[in-house]
Amino acid sequence: MASIIMDSVAHRYTSKGEQMQEYALKPLNLEWVDGGAYALLGPSGCGKTTLLNIISGIIIPTEGRVLFDGENITQLPPQQRNIAQVFQFPVIYDTMTVAQNLEFPLRNRKVPLQERQQRVEEILELLELTEFADQKARNLNADSKQKISLGRGLVRTDTNAVLFDEPLTVIDPALKWQLRAQLKKAHQQVGHTMIYVTHDQTEALTFADKVVVMLEGEVLQVGTPQELFDSPAHTFVGRFIGSPGMNVLPCSVQENKAEIDGQQVLLNHDYGRPKISWELGIRPENVRLVEQHSDQSALPVSIARIDDIGRQKIVHTALGNHTVHVIVKEGTRLPARPAVLFDPGHVHLYDDAVLVSPPAATGSDH
Amino acid sequence: MKPLNNRAWFLVTPVLLLVAFSAVIPLMTVVNYSVQDSFGNNEFFWVGTEWFEEVLRSERFHKALMRNLTFSAIVLAIEIPLGIAIALCMPTRGPWVSVCLVLMAMPLLIPWNVVGTIWQIFGRVDIGLLGHTLAEFGIDYNYSQNVVDAWITVVMMDVWHWTSLVVLLCYSGLVAIPEMYYQAARIDGASRWAIFRAIQLPRMKRVLLIAVLLRFMDSFMIYTEPFVLTGGGPGNATTFLSIDLVQMAVGQFDIGPAAAMSLIYFLIILALSWVFYSVMTRDDDQGN
Amino acid sequence: MLELININKTVGGEVYAKDVNLCFKSGTLNILLGPTRSGKTSLMRLMAGLDKPDSGELRFDGNAVTGLRVQKRNVAMVYQQFINYPSLNVFDNIASPLRVAKVPRVDIDRRVKEAAALLKISPYLERHPSELSGGQQQRLALARALVKNAELVLLDEPLANLDYKLREELRDELPEYFRAQGAVLIYATTEPTEALLLGGETAVLHEGSIVQFGATGSVFRLPDNLTTARAFSDPPLNTAEVHISNGMLHHNGNNVTLDSAAAALQDGQYTIGVRPYHLRLNRNGPNDMELSGEVLVNEITGSESFIHFNISGRNWVSLIHEIKNISPRAIISCFIDPNDFYYFYPNGDIALTPQSSEQVN
Repeated sequence: MASIIMDSVAHRYTSKGEQMQEYALKPLNLEWVDGGAYALLGPSGCGKTTLLNIISGIIIPTEGRVLFDGENITQLPPQQRNIAQVFQFPVIYDTMTVAQNLEFPLRNRKVPLQERQQRVEEILELLELTEFADQKARNLNADSKQKISLGRGLVRTDTNAVLFDEPLTVIDPALKWQLRAQLKKAHQQVGHTMIYVTHDQTEALTFADKVVVMLEGEVLQVGTPQELFDSPAHTFVGRFIGSPGMNVLPCSVQENKAEIDGQQVLLNHDYGRPKISWELGIRPENVRLVEQHSDQSALPVSIARIDDIGRQKIVHTALGNHTVHVIVKEGTRLPARPAVLFDPGHVHLYDDAVLVSPPAATGSDH
Repeated sequence: MKPLNNRAWFLVTPVLLLVAFSAVIPLMTVVNYSVQDSFGNNEFFWVGTEWFEEVLRSERFHKALMRNLTFSAIVLAIEIPLGIAIALCMPTRGPWVSVCLVLMAMPLLIPWNVVGTIWQIFGRVDIGLLGHTLAEFGIDYNYSQNVVDAWITVVMMDVWHWTSLVVLLCYSGLVAIPEMYYQAARIDGASRWAIFRAIQLPRMKRVLLIAVLLRFMDSFMIYTEPFVLTGGGPGNATTFLSIDLVQMAVGQFDIGPAAAMSLIYFLIILALSWVFYSVMTRDDDQGN
Repeated sequence: MLELININKTVGGEVYAKDVNLCFKSGTLNILLGPTRSGKTSLMRLMAGLDKPDSGELRFDGNAVTGLRVQKRNVAMVYQQFINYPSLNVFDNIASPLRVAKVPRVDIDRRVKEAAALLKISPYLERHPSELSGGQQQRLALARALVKNAELVLLDEPLANLDYKLREELRDELPEYFRAQGAVLIYATTEPTEALLLGGETAVLHEGSIVQFGATGSVFRLPDNLTTARAFSDPPLNTAEVHISNGMLHHNGNNVTLDSAAAALQDGQYTIGVRPYHLRLNRNGPNDMELSGEVLVNEITGSESFIHFNISGRNWVSLIHEIKNISPRAIISCFIDPNDFYYFYPNGDIALTPQSSEQVN
């Protein structure tokens, strides 16, 4: 186990004519604390897999240094880094049984037989594979094969880090819940540093203590799930996290008032002189659907569509030319003349997509 | 499963007819010869299994069969590992791939009798590059006199001619392995040998099966090369079943025993191929 | 209108379809919901005419099409993998079904451009599929299905290989395109939430059989049996075996007085099903059933928490609408209003649905 530091790491792939392409990963500094559970979250092509492969050593970055416990290992090949990695699709050794597959990384490292058997048994139990232990891995279904891949990643106790590259892509939804919980349990039991790459926000937020949100080769925000949810540093983070994502509405701001399509929203802070073409961000969870006139600051809307997802409804409302999503709990009656009410404590303002930190309190309270 | 409809049978009829004319009917002719004797004049009479018994008891047949088995065993033992080794060394991407593939394919384009002729000249002590060079070094090498030299030459011919086939088949198996497998194995700390045992060999299994079958059947039917090189000599040292068969049928006009022998020959190849196939695929059926 | 009548299909001892009876109307969105290998793809292949059923009949607008090959039928299919012609550019890819149908050149140009515009791939008409992103490739496959103007459109987990957010976006737009054409649209998915978001009608599949078919919302709220309730729950449905006698519910030493409809249930064994969002961490009513268990894992999504815990040997999940930090191995109590229980008879049939579910609006 180790802490991992990425010191001004960046990467560009070389194309055919040996010419440097644009940055696949822009220069970044990150620190991964020993024993932490991290997620790299972003859409495909955002550089998250490149970053993961730099940690594992499959890719040597074109710039910067990677340090494991202070030691520079930038140039070391994967087998010398003492890490484990689980890929998107199951990798199993065809000729071996399930137990032999799990034992493989330990046998390669000459772990004593008794310890090997004990570890394999623990992992078999953790992943509920015990009954298949002596079957040929090849004959199992895709779900179980991926479990074996996960197991091989977890079996060693001395790894610097365990890396996961979208490991639950091929798994059935019902089993995803189970496997995610098992991974989390494994993390708590063994305390490996774990880094998990995914485009699925639910997976990232539930798995990680800290999530790194990436877009176009750049890190937009690093934070706990709650931080990312409560105060997204970038409109992209707001939209990407949450289902549906944050409502982002173009507005102009003057002092403690924002104006959206001619309607006013009161803010908790005074932003001073007029700003145009800012954006206002508010999560659907923090919008309430109320009767018009029940509250002075409620903004009248019309209901465009309702998605009923069982435990809650997602109401698509039209505020001027913009859509505002509102989450309404199961069994709530919809207002006859609807209006939306923003929780002022959860309103965020963005200038050029970047969060504007509220000015120091000047008497405004909340 | 019951057939869905019978129309399919009409579609395969032409193929069945073609196979009947090209394979079944000639084969039946041979079967016909093998159970009859003739004193010329197109008069035949029934002898039952007499020819079969004679062939199976004859020492000449036993010796030829042993030569065949030995030859196939040596050829497989050299070509398969060598083929795998060369395939493992070949680049999987970059400009050298096509160069290597063309080089590998070259021996395969040369006809059997030409291969025989090439080596016949190559090995001659007076004018052949190999034979002459060896003689210069004081090594006594003469394939037309020495049994061992003759065998070495025939084996080398076959290895030179056919290892490429094994290489190309193995290579096709190797390039089909996703890069992810190698990455995973490296991360699992696998040694070069462990990667070979756990990933490359199992994933090459299917093409290897084809390679072994093709090389076995082909080497077991060897004819042209030893015929061109030594005509089956020195003595009978390189008289393989096929050469023997031709001598019997064409040289001595013993149509009956020759027919019986060719049927036995055919059945041996069939049986051994089946054994290879079932041994190599035995694993696949487990647990499915 | 597509009708499936007593369709059966078995391959090598494995049941792909069993006594399937379904009727899909034109211009409707129909969802096939079930886990992997429950028979969704097999059923789609049968509907498309790629496979022939062992027995049963397929009718389109009243005409039998059972034996008709796929080439003779106006069917479009989109798969989970992005399948396009790699050597053709985007325009030619979209145009290919029209060229096969010998549509005049002028019409081809117009229809291709319309479809491309609708699926937002107009800027890429000259590119080849390999130069497109995953989302664009799947849009291309969808455009090809759209331009065909098929009477039957089969989408087999079309969004499964796409990014989460891209999925949300396409899912919103997809049904609209095909609905406008008046086609029978069939959409296979493994994800209950996706089915709910799509709406329409849902058929729940289990081992080749249709377990339930109806409006998506009502199949979710009013399952006929335990299999449907299980298949249509994400996170998974929590279940427990209980005994009811004299209006009292007994579970592991817990005795709860039942009121309202549940009190009228006959005495006997039942399986109760509880949706994860009906579990609360504090008592809400005097009749709440209290369950204690050891916390296995606690997951936080930013606004909600999923607490996994072990209740007398079964894994239960609770979805709480707030951030809760509970450490593993802690013993917690949760509370459920018995009115939120689904009661199932031992054979799996529904005995009673929660009152809250009956107000479908």
